[in-house]
Amino acid sequence: MNAEKKRELELWATKIRKTALETIKTAGSGHIGGSFSIADILSVLYFDKMNIDPAQPKKADRDRLVLSKGHCSATMYATLALKGFFPVEHLATFRTLESDLSGHVEIHVPGVDMSAGSLGQGLSVALGMAMYAKSNNTGNYAYAIMGDGEIQEGQIWEAAMCAGHYKVDNLIAFVDNNKLQLDGSLDEVMSSYPIGEKFKAFNWNVIEICGHDVEQIAAAIDLAKATKGKPTCIVCDAVKGKGVSVFENQVRFHGGQPTAEEWVIAFDELNARIAELEG
Amino acid sequence: MGESTRVAYGKALAEFGGDEKIYVFDADLKKCTMTEYFEEKYPERFFNIGIAEANMVNVAAGFATCGATALVHTFAMFASGRVYDQVRNDVCYPNLNVKVVGSHAGLTVGEDGATHQCIEDISLMRTIPGMTVIVPCDDHETRLATKAMLDFEGPCYFRTGRCNLETVTDKCADYKFEIGKGITMVDGTDVTIIACGLMVQEALKAADLLKAEGISARVIDMHTIKPIDKDLILKAAKETGAIVTAEEHNVIGGLGSAVAEVLIENALVPMEFVGVQDTFGHSAAPDVLLKHYGLTPEKIVEKAKKAISRK
Repeated sequence: MNAEKKRELELWATKIRKTALETIKTAGSGHIGGSFSIADILSVLYFDKMNIDPAQPKKADRDRLVLSKGHCSATMYATLALKGFFPVEHLATFRTLESDLSGHVEIHVPGVDMSAGSLGQGLSVALGMAMYAKSNNTGNYAYAIMGDGEIQEGQIWEAAMCAGHYKVDNLIAFVDNNKLQLDGSLDEVMSSYPIGEKFKAFNWNVIEICGHDVEQIAAAIDLAKATKGKPTCIVCDAVKGKGVSVFENQVRFHGGQPTAEEWVIAFDELNARIAELEG
Repeated sequence: MGESTRVAYGKALAEFGGDEKIYVFDADLKKCTMTEYFEEKYPERFFNIGIAEANMVNVAAGFATCGATALVHTFAMFASGRVYDQVRNDVCYPNLNVKVVGSHAGLTVGEDGATHQCIEDISLMRTIPGMTVIVPCDDHETRLATKAMLDFEGPCYFRTGRCNLETVTDKCADYKFEIGKGITMVDGTDVTIIACGLMVQEALKAADLLKAEGISARVIDMHTIKPIDKDLILKAAKETGAIVTAEEHNVIGGLGSAVAEVLIENALVPMEFVGVQDTFGHSAAPDVLLKHYGLTPEKIVEKAKKAISRK
């Protein structure tokens, strides 16, 4: 990846964070921590790797994405709005009665391929999309983004077994290993470690990267696409709340809202980073 | 004796499964749910997902988001209970074209016992917004209901049973299967028995017993529990003045409740329920169980007389 592309994707990731945070602030609720930890993944997918077209959100051969950790809807909607699937101003209706932008991701929103919210279910859906693509030779990929707490759900491992069994090599799954869940750290609540080894045991190709390095994310996707006969799991070492100092590694920002001072710090830091990247 | 509804379903699925949009999924029960007939004919559109029902439902949902008609198969117990969340959140909420087919429903699984005797599935499935619920009563009806379900776009729960049953709907003049339209099997003026599944056959026997006593009973085969045929129920209430429901299901939440919901708001006529009285089943032969739990023509007769007496 050249320096310009890297700068561009980092800028989109920062804009996604800022737009998601504005969306949450306007709504008065939403999940900041897990939204921020996947912003770099969404930047690489939606602004570089995925075969999608905002002008044709339902085109048949598009790549699919299931945000299995569906509570991080603010960052998904922010990404889609910035990509042009719908106006950015529409985000101001997030979590209101009149809006299609529900608290968890919603299939009826342009650009969203599947609703999610009940954890542990999205990998199976992405698997189905990938199997359909193979069955119909459409040539597209299906992506899933899971939380590291979410993989405590047993259905994830049903899907892992099935994907390995059917050698679904157009399925690319991310685990956002930000190490925190609602009640505390993974180690305190329920360790899902080792993550990579578990997927390997189900006959997956496993790639372990930094979840905030756009070059590594892009390279991992390329490697996944080049791997035949196995689905790929990209385990992303990540920081919950990444990108704003006061949010990082704070369990209270799973679903909690910042103080007045923290809102100021957050937007100052994000604006400074955007200015830096825009040079 | 006709075939079981599960066998009739499996054959119909293979018969009408030619559309390349149709994909069939099973959870290691293809020899029981009878999807093996489809697999033999269209192996490229059949996937065995193994003993992992939750994954099966969501894989099917993924197919449906891409335009497939996706059908999942397992025992009714697991199709409704084990994967309730998946069916609610990943099939009905996104309104996907996924059909959930639950076989071996009710007590007549028989000797396998209570853990496999689902008597709550109609209730669980019909309470989900956007779900259609179909319970065919014999092989003839099952074939036509299968075709109708495949032609229908949207989530659907389809209930089949283990045992061979007498074919009755083929003798019904002008029989036409339409989702949401009940069938008047026998006309009558004193009481109406509204039944589904294998209780339709029991209701017909009850009508004969009542006739011998000079009581004219109407029998309705209510093959679609949701959307329920409100017009047919109200017509029966108006014309016969008493209603009995009969189902191989808990009396809470099933066909009886669906009929009662219609009556209570529109026509206050006496109504009685025949069904499982809010208790689990037990291991025994199907006919022994039906008798033990009061799913018999004699019980329907008793309830019909009681309803008439309350007019």
